[in-house]
Formats: sequence, C-alpha cells, structure tokens
Amino acid sequence: MSAPACETPRIVFYRVSVEFDTAHGPLRVVEDVSFSVRDREFVAIIGPSGCGKTTMMNIVAGFVQPTGGSVTLDGRPVGGPGPERGVIFQEYGVFPWLTVEQNIAFGLNLAANRLPAAEKAQIVQRYMGLMGLGDFAKAYPKHLSGGMRQRLAIARAYAVKPQFLLMDEPFGALDAQTRSNMQDLLLEVLAAEGKTVMLITHSVEEAIYLSSKIIVVTARPSRIREVIDVPFAYPRDEGLHERAEFGELRSHIRDLVMKEYAAQQRQTARNLE
Amino acid sequence: MRRTALILAPWVLMVMIWYAVALSGLVNASLMPTPHQVAARFWELANGGRLPRDIWMSTQRVFLGVALGIALAVPVGFLLGWYQGLRSFVDPVINFFRALPPIALIPLVVVYFGIGEPAKVIILFYASFFAGVIVMYEGIAQISPIFVRVARTLGASDLEIFRKVIVPLTVPHILTALRVALGVAWATLVASELIAAQQGLGALIQNAGSFFQLDIIYVGIICIGFIALSMDLALRAASRRLVAWQDRIGS
Ligand SMILES: Nc1ncnc2c1ncn2[C@@H]1O[C@H](COP(=O)(O)OP(=O)(O)OP(=O)(O)O)[C@@H](O)[C@H]1O
Ligand SMILES: [Mg+2]
Repeated sequence: MSAPACETPRIVFYRVSVEFDTAHGPLRVVEDVSFSVRDREFVAIIGPSGCGKTTMMNIVAGFVQPTGGSVTLDGRPVGGPGPERGVIFQEYGVFPWLTVEQNIAFGLNLAANRLPAAEKAQIVQRYMGLMGLGDFAKAYPKHLSGGMRQRLAIARAYAVKPQFLLMDEPFGALDAQTRSNMQDLLLEVLAAEGKTVMLITHSVEEAIYLSSKIIVVTARPSRIREVIDVPFAYPRDEGLHERAEFGELRSHIRDLVMKEYAAQQRQTARNLE
Repeated sequence: MRRTALILAPWVLMVMIWYAVALSGLVNASLMPTPHQVAARFWELANGGRLPRDIWMSTQRVFLGVALGIALAVPVGFLLGWYQGLRSFVDPVINFFRALPPIALIPLVVVYFGIGEPAKVIILFYASFFAGVIVMYEGIAQISPIFVRVARTLGASDLEIFRKVIVPLTVPHILTALRVALGVAWATLVASELIAAQQGLGALIQNAGSFFQLDIIYVGIICIGFIALSMDLALRAASRRLVAWQDRIGS
C-alpha cells in the first residue's frame, strides 16, 4: 500500500463544496474540501453525525454533484454511478424481494459483469459462507436481523469485485465480535484483490485499525480538520490494538473528534431554539 | 378446528340476530323474511331459476370493467408515482373525478353510450380505474430510491433496473389495486345495472324491488357479498404466493 509519491491519485477532491436547497433556504454541507486517494490506499473519514460525510461519498459514487470545486476519478470528472465503484450504503438497501443468495448474485447477473454460471455460483457460495449467511440462502430479508442485512449488503458489494469500495458505516449494526471479524475479512479481501477504499465510520479504533489515512472532518459544513497518516504496515492483526502507538494515535484523534462532535451538538441545539 | 369455529362464529351470530329480529315481531313479518325463507328462495332461483345467468352476467361485467380499469390504472398510476412532478398537476384532476359517484354519471353514460352492455361496463371501468390508479400511485411513490441506487452501483442498465428492480417492486401494488378495484366494482354493480338491465344481480334486485319480493332482494344482496368476498380471498391467497417476500400483504 505504500505507493510511490509520484503515482497519480485515483480520487481527487479539489476545493469541493456542496450546498443543498432546503425548505429553510440553502444548507451548506461541504466546504472547501481537498484531498486525494492513491491507488490501493485506504482512507477513513470520521466526523460528527449530520456533518456531510455521506454527501462526500455520494459525490464519488456519482449521486451528488458538487456545487463548487471538482471531484475526479482517474483524472476524469465523476459521471454517474458504475460497477467499478462498489457502494455499501448506510441504510443497506438489501432487495426485499430477493432471497439472500439472489441478493448476492444480483450484480453478477447483470450484463455489465457477465460471468460463467459455475463461477457465479461459486462466488455466491463463498461470500455467503464468509458472511455467515450460509444457513439463510433461501430466506428473504424480512427474516434477517439488522446485522445480517448489513452483512448481506457487504457480500453483494464484494461479489462484483469493484476496484473502489465506498463504505458508509458498513459495520455499524454489528456486535463487537462480528464487527471485528468483518474488519479482518475486509483486510483479507483487500490483500487479495487490492482495492482503493473510502470508509466512513464513527469508530476511531476501526479507522486506525483499517486505514492508511484518516481524515477528520469538522461539524457541518464539513471542512477538513486534520489528515492523519496511520503509520502501521499491512498486513495488520488484532495485536495492533495493544501497541502503545495505537493508543497515542487513538487519544489524539479522539480529542479532535470529541471537539467536533461537541460543536455539532451546539449547532443542533441552536437550530432547535 | 378452533380456527374454523372462530371464522364461523360471526356468521352464525348474524343469522341468529336476523332470526331474533324477524321472529320478535318488532318488524312486520311481510317486511322481514327469515333466513330459511331466503335460503329456500335461493335454492329455487339457483336450480332452474334465473340466478346462474344473473351471476354469470354480473361477474362478466365486473371482470371486464376491472380488467379495463386496471389495464389503464397500472401505467397511469405508475407514471404519476414515479414522476412526482407530474403528480401535483394531475392529482386534483384525479381526485375531482374520483369524488363523483358513478351513479351520478349514469344519465350521461346513457346519452353517450346508450343502454347496452358497453354503458354498464363503462361505469364499472370508471369506478375501477379511479380506485386502482390511486392505490398504484400512492404505492409507487413510496418505493424507496435506495434500491435503484444500489442497482446502479452494481452496474445495472436502465432496462435492467426496470426489469429487475421496478417491476418486482410494482407487483404488490398491482395486486392491491386489483383487490381494491374489484371491491369497488362489486359495490358499483347494482348502480351500473340500473341502466335497463334485464339480467344480472343488480337487475334481479331491482326487479324484485318493484314487485316487493323482499326474499329475492336478500338473495341478490347476499350473492353479491359472497362473490365479492370469495374473489377477495382468492386474490389474497394469490398475493401471498406471488409476493411472499413482503412483510405484510397489502391491506
Ligand atoms: N439531498 C439532500 N437535500 C437536502 N439536504 C440534504 C440532502 N442530503 C443530505 N442533506 C443534509 O445534509 C446534511 C449532511 O448529511 P449527510 O448524510 O452527508 O451527513 P452524515 O455526515 O453522513 O451524517 P451521519 O453520520 O448521521 O450519517 C444533513 O443535515 C442532511 O439533512
Ligand atoms: Mg451518513
């Protein structure tokens, strides 16, 4: 993951701002954000609720247009969404009319990702097993718990092997143990397939454990508060959590994040008055 | 066993209340036939009488009216639900026409379409269309955009999104629209058969009315109720199989 500095970045945010028109007038959500993501880099974004993180991800996914600045993907402005950018949505979006295995196979059955049937079946089996959904192959999502739906959404996104992964709090609904398993599984998938990742999370530990770069953003509108390079080499393992440097980094980031969360809370309280 | 008893209980209770009222003397006996008198009349009309033909004619009209109404309500309701912009213009128009009771339109329908079969079917078509179109667009408008977004990020083309996402999400609403339209059509039937019908359950009831044959009126009403009920149950059973994935089968 330590790419040479001269390599051209794959995702570039350049002085990006986003403003939404709302019933109460314009709402500035992202302000003058610039950063870039190199090939196979893992960037985590952390910041208070409602500050504009999902909006930033939606720009890369191709669902939101910046109102100022530009976002480029391999040097070209982002067009619409596409299968090379896998998205795991905060609200999962599992298809309720399809069974677990049909959900995972959905992307593989599209013309854009044509595969031989045998290979398709194998991929579906593999991710069903890895996500612990094997016993629910024929079940509809209405019979799944929140955590299982989240894992199903993850499996569906991994199955089409996108070059980019855009993950919006992908492990938020999982218990601590499953969450930790999913984190390790993600690292394995990345080691095997080599992807460029943007992860939104509220967990400082998750951000440090997984990413190579952490971007702390401010209360709304999102500006960049600090960009932190995570000094640990891949592959990583659970032992990392015990290292002294991990603890130091964690308290540094936690301080930053706490201040911004407090600022966001004051802002929300003001708006309620 | 218990279930059957529970299902039968309200019906038995209704028959008992009916007997109690009929036999209590509170109502003049000539105004209130007893259940067994009505049953006897039913038997007579069903075996060699006019009832089979009446049921056949009415069912045919309802089917035709509903089929035409839903065939138009599905695409129109879909477009209104999907393109929310359209809705704000068309909504008042639809509610205007829906508010008109079909019975009020009969004189006009007679003027324009005469008194034959088409006039009756048009009344039923009108009622089914407006009931169906509203169910459709309310349902379609509630479809969360997240599913289309997910499909796009997985690489689906517009055609694939339509076939693999929008169609499956639309099916439950079509089934609900069909159920609602069938209910409304049966409710409108008697009115549509006011138009010089010789045959049909509505005609049966009206003829009986002019000859003061109350037992026949009861036979007609009960037939309409039971046919509508069994169609609704059949559709519900079909929905349960077709859209087993749904949390609840549409109300
Ligand atoms: N399409 C839109 N139109 C208007 N306002 C929007 C739109 N999308 C988002 N917003 C507003 O922008 C702000 C930021 O939303 P966003 O979803 O990006 O936050 P977030 O950082 O992802 O929050 P969370 O951590 O709670 O998921 C919110 O106040 C939200 O209400
Ligand atoms: Mg969000």
